[in-house]
Amino acid sequence: MEFLANLINGMSLGSVYAIIALGYTMVYGIAKMLNFAHGDVIMVGAYICFCAVSYLGLPAIAGVALSVVGCTVLGIVVERLAYKPLRNAPSLNVLITAIGVSYFLQNAALLIMGSDPKSFSSVISLPALRLFDGALTISATAVLTILACVAIMVALTMFTGKTKMGKAMRACSEDRDAAQLMGINVNSTISMVFAIGSGLAAIAGVLMCLAYPTIMPTTGSMPGIKAFTAAVLGGIGSIPGAALGGILLGVIEIFARAYISTQLADAVVFGVLIVILLIRPAGLLGKPVHEKV
Amino acid sequence: MGINMLKPQTRSTIITYAIVIVAFVAVTLLDAMGLISHSLSGQLVPICAYVSLAVSLNLVVGVSGELSLGHAGFMSVGAFTGVVVAGCLTRFGIESELVLFVLSAVVGAAAAGIIGFLVGIPVMRLRGDYLAIVTLAFGEIIKNLLNILYVGVDDAGLHFSMRDSGSLGMSQGTILINGPKGAVGIDKISTFALGIVLVLITVAVVLNLMHSRDGRAIMAVRDNRIAAESIGINVTKYRLMAFTVASALAGAAGVLYAMNYSTVVPSQFDFNQSILILVYVVLGGMGNISGSIVSAAFLTVLPEVLRPINQYRMLLYAIVLILVMVVPHLKVYQRAAESLRRRFRKDSPEPAVAAEGGEADE
Repeated sequence: MEFLANLINGMSLGSVYAIIALGYTMVYGIAKMLNFAHGDVIMVGAYICFCAVSYLGLPAIAGVALSVVGCTVLGIVVERLAYKPLRNAPSLNVLITAIGVSYFLQNAALLIMGSDPKSFSSVISLPALRLFDGALTISATAVLTILACVAIMVALTMFTGKTKMGKAMRACSEDRDAAQLMGINVNSTISMVFAIGSGLAAIAGVLMCLAYPTIMPTTGSMPGIKAFTAAVLGGIGSIPGAALGGILLGVIEIFARAYISTQLADAVVFGVLIVILLIRPAGLLGKPVHEKV
Repeated sequence: MGINMLKPQTRSTIITYAIVIVAFVAVTLLDAMGLISHSLSGQLVPICAYVSLAVSLNLVVGVSGELSLGHAGFMSVGAFTGVVVAGCLTRFGIESELVLFVLSAVVGAAAAGIIGFLVGIPVMRLRGDYLAIVTLAFGEIIKNLLNILYVGVDDAGLHFSMRDSGSLGMSQGTILINGPKGAVGIDKISTFALGIVLVLITVAVVLNLMHSRDGRAIMAVRDNRIAAESIGINVTKYRLMAFTVASALAGAAGVLYAMNYSTVVPSQFDFNQSILILVYVVLGGMGNISGSIVSAAFLTVLPEVLRPINQYRMLLYAIVLILVMVVPHLKVYQRAAESLRRRFRKDSPEPAVAAEGGEADE
């Protein structure tokens, strides 16, 4: 029973990682950049929801909606101002810019919200599920998180597979120049990807706060790194890979915490990543790239 | 006059050393005249440490062309090894601070070099962003392991534990490394002069490596791995060489850094620290050693200078970082730069071309 409870908790944490990793992997797939500021968008999303619920007294759903809209706009603005001018720059310059954006968001949040952690638990209060005569207790937030992740995955798969915009996104990530020649507006497609990724980050931020209800300006950075790890684990650029990597990472983390050591959980997670990359250098679902001479 | 007759390579080497020495003399003079504020003089040793770190990371990122996000991990290996060595030597009656520092730095560098070599063997199988994430992972693992490491010393020798300080089994020894509380009770033996010596050694090692046969092989691998391999260069060996040397140098810098404070904790050497060093390298210019020196020193001082606007300084730092990266790619800037260049060329066409040629050699 304990095993099952840990598994569900792990999948719930993993679902949050997966949602964040989707943003990473989509941006990487299309813009070929590591968006290190992605983790901080989560934090912004969580703060927006917190403010909406605690200060404005809005209902939880409105708070979530507001935070998704806020983060989507933030994603588009950041892309337009900081990343678009660097479209043809070396990838390290883009990386440093993303780090600059990350510092900016963290410090702006520090100035606006203060350094003391804000706690909010009033967003959703559902009773926990009790199964097997109370032997197995599953928190409602865990179920909600997993369901949200599944819904997002299904929606995203439909979107990239069936819609015109989704096809354009796949075309751009395959070959940006060829896509442009086919009349696809690459810039607006990239903006769209940032918008979707940031919107997802907002949802992840809210979901994360359901499980760990404290927000600080640095809240997003560690989940951001973990989700980045998850994206690489699954094969960066691959949407199912991000989901698989995220859930795997969450489960490993919770199991390592429960059965090995709380302090070493992160080391175990990163150790697994290294081992998997040594066996499959392009990640679990990544396509191995053959080099041409 | 004389300096222009030298080969561009020799000239840039001389300039690099000159920057360090002139900075040392200038700062020492200013300090003697009392013109350096207290907060800034406290930053002198960290500046030296960051300059060494930036120069050594440049060997990996700029010269060898691999993105490493775990440099702080090697720095922490050096730092904690150095603290243990210094603690032991003090226990066994060595008083001279210079001897203590040199031995700690050498052992710290060796330990970081060995770890770098061991980490490098699997890491160098990967490429690009995958390599970057694995260096990040190793950095985090090193930090995690140091977080549960307890080391103490008594007359019987060293004691290690991975559980808590109580299980070290010592009755009257001193605890050197205390898990998440980090290394405690360090003798503050780092000085600015020692820092400058370390910077000079680091620069000398990196520049000599760059200008040697091995260094040319490393750069050949960076520029075109397949071509380099096809002419018989052992790609893995040279990538590993750059990575190991850089790790060892980072370890020495870590010793310098740790010995400047009475305590250092493992969480100081996290991902953000690695990123900070990477920022110095990229802003200074990839593969440009003197650029790394200047940018590391400047960016370490910048937050101190901005201290009067304390609240906003990190925000400003972030904005500066973004602008430095973005502005050169803006069309407005490019057009302005182009027109300036054209005007400059019209006045004196030859020096402009020569100057460009000189830069390309760097």
